[in-house]
Amino acid sequence: MPFIPHTEEEIKSMLDAIGASSIEDLFDEIPAELRAEGLKIEPGMSELEISRLMNGRAAEDGTPGVFVGAGAYEHHIPAAVWEIATRGEYYSAYTPYQAEASQGTLQLLYEFQTMIANLTAMDVSNASLYDGASALAEAVLMAVRANRKSKSKRILIPRTVNPVYRQVAHAIVRNQGIVLEELDYDREGGHIDPASLPAEPGDFTALVIPQPNFFGVLEEVDALTNWAHSHGALVIGVVNPMAMAMLAPPGEWGSEGADIAVGDGQPLGAPLSSGGPYFGFMTCRQQHVRQMPGRIIGKTVDLDGKTGFSLTLQAREQHIRRSKATSNICTNQGLLTTAATIFMSIMGAEGLEQAAATSHANTNELSDKLAAQSGVSKVFNRPVFHESVLKFDKPVADIQGAMAEQNIVAGYDMAAEYPELAGCMMVCVTETKTSADIDNYVDNFKRISA
Amino acid sequence: MSNVPSDLKYTKSHEWVKDNGDGTVTVGITEHAQELLGDMVFVEVPEEGNEVSAGDDCAVVESVKAASDVYSPVSGEVTAGNEELADAPETINSDAFGNGWIFKIKLSDASELDGLMDAEAYTALVAEEA
Amino acid sequence: MLIFERSQAGRTNGVQLNNLDSNTADIPDNLRRKKRAILPEVSEMQAVRHYTGLSQKNFSIDTNFYPLGSCTMKYNPRGSNKLAMLPGFLARHPHAPESMSQGFLASMYDLQEILKDVTGMKEVSLTPMAGAQGEFAGVAMIRAYHDANNDDARTEIIVPDAAHGTNPATAVMCGYKVKEIPTMDNGDVDIEALKEAVGPQTAGIMLTNPSTVGVFERKIKEIAKIVHDAGGLLYYDGANLNAILGKVKPGDMGFDVIHMNLHKTFSTPHGGGGPGAGPVGVSERLIPFLPVPMVAKEGDNYRWLTEKDRPQTIGRLSAFAGNAGILMRAYIYAKMLGRDGMVRVSEFSTLNANYMMVKLKEAGFEMAYPERRATHEFILTLKKEAKETGAIAMDFAKRLLDYGHHAPTTYFPLLVPECFLIEPTETEDMATLDSFIEVMVKIREEAHTDAEMVKGAPYTMPVKRLDDVKAARELDLKWVAE
Repeated sequence: MPFIPHTEEEIKSMLDAIGASSIEDLFDEIPAELRAEGLKIEPGMSELEISRLMNGRAAEDGTPGVFVGAGAYEHHIPAAVWEIATRGEYYSAYTPYQAEASQGTLQLLYEFQTMIANLTAMDVSNASLYDGASALAEAVLMAVRANRKSKSKRILIPRTVNPVYRQVAHAIVRNQGIVLEELDYDREGGHIDPASLPAEPGDFTALVIPQPNFFGVLEEVDALTNWAHSHGALVIGVVNPMAMAMLAPPGEWGSEGADIAVGDGQPLGAPLSSGGPYFGFMTCRQQHVRQMPGRIIGKTVDLDGKTGFSLTLQAREQHIRRSKATSNICTNQGLLTTAATIFMSIMGAEGLEQAAATSHANTNELSDKLAAQSGVSKVFNRPVFHESVLKFDKPVADIQGAMAEQNIVAGYDMAAEYPELAGCMMVCVTETKTSADIDNYVDNFKRISA
Repeated sequence: MSNVPSDLKYTKSHEWVKDNGDGTVTVGITEHAQELLGDMVFVEVPEEGNEVSAGDDCAVVESVKAASDVYSPVSGEVTAGNEELADAPETINSDAFGNGWIFKIKLSDASELDGLMDAEAYTALVAEEA
Repeated sequence: MLIFERSQAGRTNGVQLNNLDSNTADIPDNLRRKKRAILPEVSEMQAVRHYTGLSQKNFSIDTNFYPLGSCTMKYNPRGSNKLAMLPGFLARHPHAPESMSQGFLASMYDLQEILKDVTGMKEVSLTPMAGAQGEFAGVAMIRAYHDANNDDARTEIIVPDAAHGTNPATAVMCGYKVKEIPTMDNGDVDIEALKEAVGPQTAGIMLTNPSTVGVFERKIKEIAKIVHDAGGLLYYDGANLNAILGKVKPGDMGFDVIHMNLHKTFSTPHGGGGPGAGPVGVSERLIPFLPVPMVAKEGDNYRWLTEKDRPQTIGRLSAFAGNAGILMRAYIYAKMLGRDGMVRVSEFSTLNANYMMVKLKEAGFEMAYPERRATHEFILTLKKEAKETGAIAMDFAKRLLDYGHHAPTTYFPLLVPECFLIEPTETEDMATLDSFIEVMVKIREEAHTDAEMVKGAPYTMPVKRLDDVKAARELDLKWVAE
């Protein structure tokens, strides 16, 4: 029996102890009319059989050359990261409610909080949320709680924020009277032009600022932050953590810095893995810490005065505060934060910086080479981090299909989420690609365009 | 049995109310309430100028194991929140009826005070809940 | 010692650097980072040794018996992990075209089908990333259903007082008021109170069955009828699905929407607090509202179902398709169990729980619901021990750690005083259960002879009891260089 250790003898002696004649007797409180008549699914497989099946399916999907990002980025992950993260002591531990028996996870999360707070230059970090999209939704709810002066529950979200993040935020906050109001972007720059912002925007609770934005383009974060603050609104930064090794972090935006920063931690050690599991991170200024959702680890001492770590500020959470909790969120993404913490330790700030810089340069190299082809042009004129939107004369679906046959995931089709960008495709080239890979992409592109 | 001063009024939700005699009242939580909650770690006080109605939740007291709303026993305008509690929430544990006060309200309807419990009734309530 | 305290300025890991002279000159100065972020500067070996060392300060299923009630801490098969981390699965970009994703999509489609069969629901969406998000999806669908019927008078969700805290928190996130109903002394929902609570304002009820007090809700059909007759829908919190897997299907009990915790019932790792996976299943009437994306099969071909196919969907809850790698582990586990293995999960988790309950009762411990069968878990109350010795449930819990057993869930559900909620799971053998029972007896003796000693436990962990008051009053949430 899979994963069940009982011998026939043990079963018998256990039933005797209980005073039942069969295991079936133990279900005698369940009304007979409710009992299932067996399952239709197939019989179980041995580990060998399931290995055959899954190896076949994994091989079917292959390991293509990935030149797409749009929220998930292929980066090198040191071999040690997942070797350690999948140790049973991390992998099969529960939430650290019994602090004395969970100091490993707790200290690691305290280190994680320190690393993420430093990377974003914010005061405090929580121990992670589900993913970047849901972290933005939680940041919106948090901003409404934290900005008591604003009564409008109106949040300004640029269209340059990842469209799926906006959809997720909408799905999660829609029933709480919160209005998500879109800001349109500058068609030349692909950014929110600070000069286009209204002088009298009326009461709003928070402005969301992406850096880099969904198009890969860099926003004028200082001017946007100052504008929001001058109107009594909070600033929520949505950032790529890898980019933070290179770009001004939210804590340093404008004259006061952002109030809340969130993002998806996937670039920090999580494999692409079809979109998950990743992790969301959230940092904020000290004054808002009690409005922050999710688990938070604090440093303290034990009875002997020895340093130790425990879950703190739990009274905000659902298991104590129930219907008045800051969120219904219960879990974090512990395993992924474990990987990210080890990843950041091994890479260091310098390693992140180099990966970020190389991704940046590689993306420019590909987009320059593509834009030199006839029928291809860059859509936006501002600098990017590691993604670039290009316009093609040839239909994007045709390019994607033909490149797929060359085992290349060519890019992201912009048309579905941005009708005005029909015919445009966004590419991303991380540090995992060499100039030879980039040339191979371009050569294949030339061949299929010919 | 904890202390229940006879010069104060009380609510079922364990707030105490002191009539300051000038149209304002001071509000806190009772010694019994702080005992139930345990060591205070944080208190959120209402902002000056807020209009509240009797029964509104307008402050939060938080211990390690619980967070509890503090309800305004009366209607009116908040004239002060006890800012000292931000740095010393434990004052509620040590001096619930004195320096551990939480907020002050300018009454909009003084007759609401008549609906509150006196010390005797509150003592009976606590005994009944135990 | 923190990793930062092992750090030395200037130390780098050459093998992880690419040392390319990458041109970043086009990035304007005002958008650049001015000062490098403070991250550890340690060698790879230092990092490996540090985090290996930290791991050894954890209890885990792989090292200890972990009978946390309501959490289903069963063995997490290594095979599931290894196969979910095959290069082809890890390398798959979520935006890879369907033509390059058939292996992945086939697995997700199969998992949907398996979950439909074991729950008796009509359709399943895998996207919610944890139980609480599954709950959110479920209640949001209930709301979307009433909204679609222009029934805006339904403003209340009914929740039993013993429910998980996520239930009321979720209802509020969906814009509902929460109405609590009491639990009776025998553990069942108070039917009379329910009859009084329902009405035209009732949007639905959230129930766990077996309930959070560890017993099967026998009148579930009657409850379903009462709520349905009032126009409300029934939500099933799948926290305790392990107890009835293959034996009873929530769909047959009358539930309209359910969430499953794959990190419980389908043995995906808890990972020190996540990631979870909380798929939702629905009855016929809620199908249009399921969160997207889902996977459809057309001929031999698999494809994504999106907003285009489901215009009434409550929308998306994650950037892509949920915690795919976790769903993959659950799928592999489900395939290894198969038809018969599924049923054995509930049979042997129930056998283990009833055995422990009977043995502990024999040893003189008091059960919260002594007349009831245990399900996959049961509640013991240490009220008597606390009164006689002064050592409370928390002290017993801490002392258990010294004996190498993780503590059961303590002080939940809130309505049973000094309680332990004990869930052994089906993967533990009889000797381990016996050892736990022996230790409980021993701790009780210790409490009688030397209560102070028990109240000071644990003694053998990396730290003694921690000062939670200091942690909350003097918040120290990150390391700062001195």
